[in-house]
Amino acid sequence: MGMTVAEKILARASGLASVKAGDVVEPKVDLAMSHENAALVINQFLEVFQGTGVKPKIWDPSKVTIIFDHRVPAESPKTASNQKKVREFVASNGIDRFHDIRGDVGGICHQILPESGYVRPGNVVAGTDSHTTSHGALSAFAFGIGATEMASVWVLGTALNVEVPPTIKVVVKGRFRKFVGPKDLILHLIGKISAQGANFKVLEFHGSTVRAMSTSGRLVICNMSVEAGATAGIVPADRETIRYLRKEAGIKGEIELAAPDRDAVYEQVMKIDVSKLEPQVACPHTVDNVKPVASVIGTKINQVVIGSCTNGRLDDLEIAATILKGKKVAQKTRMLVFPASGRIYAQALAKGYIGTFMKAGAVVMNPGCGPCLGVHEGALGDGEVALSTTNRNFKGRMGNPKSEVYLCSPAVAAASAITGVITNPRKGVR
Amino acid sequence: MASVVLKLGDDISTDVIYPGRYMATVLPTETPQFAFADHAEFNAKLKAKQIPAGSIIVGGKNFGCGSSREQAVSTLKGHDLIIVAESFARIFLQNSINLGLRTVAATGIEAAEGDELEIGGEEVINATTGKRFRIEPLPKARQAIVDAGGLIAYTRKRLLERMRAG
Ligand code: SF4
Repeated sequence: MGMTVAEKILARASGLASVKAGDVVEPKVDLAMSHENAALVINQFLEVFQGTGVKPKIWDPSKVTIIFDHRVPAESPKTASNQKKVREFVASNGIDRFHDIRGDVGGICHQILPESGYVRPGNVVAGTDSHTTSHGALSAFAFGIGATEMASVWVLGTALNVEVPPTIKVVVKGRFRKFVGPKDLILHLIGKISAQGANFKVLEFHGSTVRAMSTSGRLVICNMSVEAGATAGIVPADRETIRYLRKEAGIKGEIELAAPDRDAVYEQVMKIDVSKLEPQVACPHTVDNVKPVASVIGTKINQVVIGSCTNGRLDDLEIAATILKGKKVAQKTRMLVFPASGRIYAQALAKGYIGTFMKAGAVVMNPGCGPCLGVHEGALGDGEVALSTTNRNFKGRMGNPKSEVYLCSPAVAAASAITGVITNPRKGVR
Repeated sequence: MASVVLKLGDDISTDVIYPGRYMATVLPTETPQFAFADHAEFNAKLKAKQIPAGSIIVGGKNFGCGSSREQAVSTLKGHDLIIVAESFARIFLQNSINLGLRTVAATGIEAAEGDELEIGGEEVINATTGKRFRIEPLPKARQAIVDAGGLIAYTRKRLLERMRAG
């Protein structure tokens, strides 16, 4: 029986000739990623060894990566002390793939991993972050786990008792219209299948639209697969994957592609045609409350946010800068931009996008998670509304349960920043 | 038999259970104070220890969706709450198993605050309304972790087995 990409990866990583949905396996982990929550992982890791007489040891430090991104630079003594503890642990345990708070190699974990060449097709990637699904963009099986499970991975090098998830094949065709793109596609899909539609399942993306999509766009759709509950989102590797890995991630040597078998068994096949898709907006307070932009046009917004592991990449900043060039952010609206990594920040600077944002009146922040999860900066006031290119709009997500968050693409965000109300970039900005 | 102390709807996210702004607090000994922090009344009752151990929170579908933050589980575990819901989000469910928070997936569960529930092996009985709801059993793979007393104990056991095998 043929295997899906996820099944192939899990079979290889578990040392089996084949697996099928429902099988229980213990895959070897190729990359184990944490961020600030490594502080808790360390705590749980040390606890495993307690009373065993065994000296605590990470199974393979070269496969562990830690990136500081959620609260950078530290917003409180507590965070700073946690970060200090992680730094000390990293140094004494030989973890080289550590990305501290830096302008050159720092940034959001889900951008640092791909751009640093840490992820390859066929890898099993486990991360203590739900958006670890992002890395399926490079044809890896990448999934989120909790801190205690990561501690277990650090000890054993395997993920324990993993059930092979069934796969939904999503076939996307059609050309995006102007100012419509991957974010609109994934919002549309989540709206269609709901926040639980892919719970415990894998979304495997196919079709001409996905083949024509850059890795940056594929990262968007895999990133938000988890908002439909998916364990992982996967784009089978192709020429674009190789281009990205060679040109942007600097990988040399052989790259294996991970493709599904022709007779792979899917739980369901979904077809989507994007040729008539309009820009989409997820309305408060759930990501699956998705509407075409037309139905929320004119909604007043206090804060526009462009950035995050979903839409803080160079092409996202480019679209936003194109729309904002020579324009001003509306008087009663604030606009915050946070590039996904230091590298992207530098590229955007060289291309003039950062200057465009600043001239328009936007505040450009350091790479990191910024206002996305409401712990650090960019909090909203009572009753305020944000329009954001991030991936979650749950109640309180941006730090205030009395505020509202709408999610959209960079094009919608930029066009709306100029008017101060939700605006369709396709209709132009008055 | 235990009482339903909080009734919630579908898609209760980890941002609601444990708001992101408290994420710098990580230790299971410290997280319980922030359980449902934005639900001020319920949080106050928890902190005042007015909610007995073993009390039940009832949710709808996809309970615990969103972030992988383990605080969302340790914060509930710290108050010894039991979560009965129609279904759970994957990472939240796995974290609950790993940390020993009791979760019960009960098909079609209907219960209001104040109802008394009896949780058996195969079904949940709402003693107040007399209605019964089937429990979705845990997959075997996850049951093994529960039986070992959580993932730390299970990992320790596996580590020692490996060391013995050389
Ligand atoms: S940008 Fe937001 S969603 Fe992405 S990793 Fe950071 S906090 Fe999570």
